[in-house]
Amino acid sequence: MPNGISAAVVFMGVLAACIAVVLNIAARRMSSNSDAVIEQINRLLPQTQCGQCGFPGCRPYAEAIAGGRTALNQCPPGGEATIFALSELLNRPPTPLNPDFGQHTQRTVAVIDEDACIGCALCLQACPVDAILGAHHYMHTVISIECTGCELCIAPCPVDCIEMASRT
Amino acid sequence: MKTPVGFNLQPPRPLWGIRPPTRKSASMLRPILVAYAPERVVIPIRQCLGMAAAPIVELGQQVQTGQPIAAAIHAFGGPSGPQVHASISGTVESLGAHAVPGPMASEEICVTIRSDGLDRRFTGYDGLGDPLQMSPEQICTLIAEAGIVGLGGAMFSTASKLAARGKVHTLILNGAECEPYITCDEILLREHAAEVLRGAKIMMRALGATQAVIGVESDMPEARVAVHDAIDADGCDDVHVSVVTAKYPAGGERQLIQLIMGREVPEGALPSDIGFVCHNVGTAAAIADFFRDGRPLISRIVTVTGSGINEPLNIDARIGTLMADLSELADGRRDDASHLIMGGPMMGVSLPNDELPVTKATNCLILMQPREISPPRREMPCIRCGECNQVCPAQLLPQELLRASRQHDIDALREFGLDACIECGCCDYVCPSYIPLTARFAASKLEAAEHDAEMAQAVRARARFEAREARLAGAREARELDLKAQVVEAHVSESIADVMARVNARDDQG
Repeated sequence: MPNGISAAVVFMGVLAACIAVVLNIAARRMSSNSDAVIEQINRLLPQTQCGQCGFPGCRPYAEAIAGGRTALNQCPPGGEATIFALSELLNRPPTPLNPDFGQHTQRTVAVIDEDACIGCALCLQACPVDAILGAHHYMHTVISIECTGCELCIAPCPVDCIEMASRT
Repeated sequence: MKTPVGFNLQPPRPLWGIRPPTRKSASMLRPILVAYAPERVVIPIRQCLGMAAAPIVELGQQVQTGQPIAAAIHAFGGPSGPQVHASISGTVESLGAHAVPGPMASEEICVTIRSDGLDRRFTGYDGLGDPLQMSPEQICTLIAEAGIVGLGGAMFSTASKLAARGKVHTLILNGAECEPYITCDEILLREHAAEVLRGAKIMMRALGATQAVIGVESDMPEARVAVHDAIDADGCDDVHVSVVTAKYPAGGERQLIQLIMGREVPEGALPSDIGFVCHNVGTAAAIADFFRDGRPLISRIVTVTGSGINEPLNIDARIGTLMADLSELADGRRDDASHLIMGGPMMGVSLPNDELPVTKATNCLILMQPREISPPRREMPCIRCGECNQVCPAQLLPQELLRASRQHDIDALREFGLDACIECGCCDYVCPSYIPLTARFAASKLEAAEHDAEMAQAVRARARFEAREARLAGAREARELDLKAQVVEAHVSESIADVMARVNARDDQG
């Protein structure tokens, strides 16, 4: 009899160990870790890095959404399409774009008036995607295919020589 | 590769497609008219799909017939593309924007040449020798120099298409001219089958293909007989003729391959990926002409027809001839001719006026009287009859595409195969609700392309943003390390000072 009990204990022990190993692996493989969620959210954002949502770039906004700290309707460049995509992904009800953060408009591109530029290099630091080319005391210009139209370079310019123009 | 690949001499009748009235007989009554050199030609310098071009002549320069005047430039510095040549001899009168035929009233840089009336030949391409003794690379280079592009209407660089060496075992020559009105390929086969055959052999040599199949339609028996006669006279056994059912759009590249070879070209793949290459018969004849006479592509056969033309016929016209001059050669246009179409009535473009030059893509000009055109009809709701699904040669579901297109649902459009739509217009033709499906799909394609460009830009912007963040973080870290090092240094120097002070204090005591 004692022999039967010890066999059962050993058997259950081995079984428990096996299940523990399987569950551990599964937990690691299939965890809905927050990095993956952030990545999925970030992929739906328009990557203008404009900061209109109140966060310094698209990824920080994605992190805030994943953490449940903010609403989905704060991205003006993405507009309705982004709101719908996010609400579908996160299973949260879509709400109209919050006008406090701006209006959805046609994508634009920054243009530097090269005659007026004094080469202060302030806009270079402001550009979130390194789309402005220039150096101190030399004229700057916008690499227009890389410009996301975020308008972050407008404010720092001391001579107001940057304007937003329509694409094409 | 050595074993011949099977093909259909008499392909089965396709289930897709439509049979609109062909109206081809009017322009087949007369032989090809070789037009004299016109007074003035306007030659667009960009005459190759997807390539930029630069002129290589100057204002006031004397040029000879066949002299290169512009060259296509590969975007990424590959070998230079097909050239463009002066089609008459004379003086370069102007170099600048001129209206060209196209879907929108577009302008391109054109070279205008005023004739000196002599039609002096450029001799730079004389004595090229036997192309069948040349290396395939050499043939391709010369074909690009000769400015030869696909004459079926797409203007794709023939040399680029022939460069798919090693992958291709069968050359298909497209003589299945399925659109109504157009007869330029049919009459070419009737009158110049031997040249098409010679061109086919040169192309096979360039491609390393083991066989060629010339596809003709069942409603052009004379052309078929002419090709058979040419093959018999030549005695070659690797060129064959396949007769496809006369049904629109049997002459579409993918459709013709499907009919003749019995295999479908997968979506997103090229015919050369499954071992075939398809060229127009006119392109083959142009290649043969070039290697025999040293005459680059300076003219092409244009069908001038329609009820608005007094004497419909096929004209061998110089590139750059104005369309108005061409209709004069067809005994003039009728007073009530109201519409001008370049290409066929199904896929052609409507042109605003006839002061436009003939380009390498101009296979047909149709002048129509108002009675020949069906009146515009009011679009009505889709009744889901499914007629469009049956006629679609790409086996798409146009009514599903229409729904997705109305909802601007790019993912659904892709899923239903928007990219495989060849814009043949069959669905428009059968739609009982007169829905302009093809126009919608064309617009949706633009929309999808725009969407793709935006997505690509977002991916790039993200990468640049992350690279910048990493760089700034790196700089911050380096600065912090620097600061720490300074602190340590300050600490060390301080302790040395301490020690010295203690040493001095002890000495003082001592």
